[in-house]
Amino acid sequence: MRNIFLFIRIYSNFIFFLILMGVSLVMLINFNHYQHAAYSATAGEITGKVNSQINNVEYYFQLKKTNDSLVKANANLYNKLKQDYELPDSATKLAIDTIQIDTTFHRRKYLYMPAKVVGNSVSQANNYLQVHRGSQEGVTPDLGVTDINNSVVGTVVDVSKNYAVIMSLLHRQSNISAKLKRSGETGSIVWDGIKPNIVTLKDISKDVKIKKGDTVITSGFSDKFPFGLLIGTVYEVLNDKASSTYLIKIKTAADFYNLQYVNIINNLQKDEPQQLLKSVKKVNE
Amino acid sequence: MSNLVKNIVRFMLFVLVQVFVLNHVPPLHHLVVPYLYFLFILWLPFKMGRRSVMILAFLLGFCLDCFTKTYGLHSAPCVLIAYFRPFLINLLISQEGAETNYNEPSIKSMGFAQYFIYATVLTFIHHSLLFFLQALQSGGYLYFLIKTLLSTAVSLILVLLTELLFVRKQRFRTNTV
Repeated sequence: MRNIFLFIRIYSNFIFFLILMGVSLVMLINFNHYQHAAYSATAGEITGKVNSQINNVEYYFQLKKTNDSLVKANANLYNKLKQDYELPDSATKLAIDTIQIDTTFHRRKYLYMPAKVVGNSVSQANNYLQVHRGSQEGVTPDLGVTDINNSVVGTVVDVSKNYAVIMSLLHRQSNISAKLKRSGETGSIVWDGIKPNIVTLKDISKDVKIKKGDTVITSGFSDKFPFGLLIGTVYEVLNDKASSTYLIKIKTAADFYNLQYVNIINNLQKDEPQQLLKSVKKVNE
Repeated sequence: MSNLVKNIVRFMLFVLVQVFVLNHVPPLHHLVVPYLYFLFILWLPFKMGRRSVMILAFLLGFCLDCFTKTYGLHSAPCVLIAYFRPFLINLLISQEGAETNYNEPSIKSMGFAQYFIYATVLTFIHHSLLFFLQALQSGGYLYFLIKTLLSTAVSLILVLLTELLFVRKQRFRTNTV
């Protein structure tokens, strides 16, 4: 017994070191998969406040770029107005509606919520954004996030009262279902942790012909993003010799270096398919 | 300014500079990530206990982790260099009694070559553990090695610049104190 105490006394510094190291490694392993840490809500509030103070200053330096992209987004929306299209007369043929359901009643599926970006990084191995909109304003985890021009930015992973943390596309665990617009092939978007603004599209088989500059859009398979949002354009096609699929480098449409506003997309019909899936699984068990 | 107040101000300044300046510098290259915040640990007083140095290092890393949302990624390397710091100081102190004559490690108290080695070794240890933990998630070990070496070089330049720009006044204290 005396020897044990002697041992502890001699190596007390080393034991203390091991304890602290152990604590950090446990934190690293447990909380880095985007589960919520117990303290991350509090830490989020504090860092959010500091971040938004700093962003007040930083925002002025990017006003011009933010303004340009807002003008672009506006022009895009104007182009979608009904008055821009002329209907040929044949389309307005009189027809008797035999459907009993009120077809003019459209149910809203996606709700866009704007949010101000207060913190952003691109140089880390796993990058997060922090936005000034939290659970009080209807943000919940697992919502999709797009930039002003409606191209994909990432996914909400953690929410506190006034702030939310978004895992950007530039994150090792980010995985978004994507589609080549021209050929319709689906794959998944991941990031290799090397260059910001360049992500990788996996699982596209080698029979598909791909050209540089092809558009990549969201597939609509996940409940986070609607179909057809722009992710990026093909930048480089790498021939992965070990497998039968290509590795395609994609230049992201969202510019991660200067994001000032983002849209958080709330899927209002998310629960229904999930419950259906759950009940199917229950039957099969 | 008392030692305690000085170190509290330093702690906050280093975290803020790292988070809002160095992490926001447009990446020079994807292999180069500038780090400076760990200089706080290098500058802690000689006579501080090993355990308190380790606790402070852990807190420093944890503060940074709260901002980058990578809990534990920076605190582990900080604790490691805080553990190795006293060994290195014991090895590198050249003048007899420099620990008692001066307050904290600096070019003046240790001599340029010794201080440079001290900074290089600790920077290298810090960066290798940091990028190793990052590489565990992705693989790519050649990438990890090159990233460690290049980032260490850039961080060392930053450390030297800081030493030149912010000269710390070191009072010579006699042994008799």
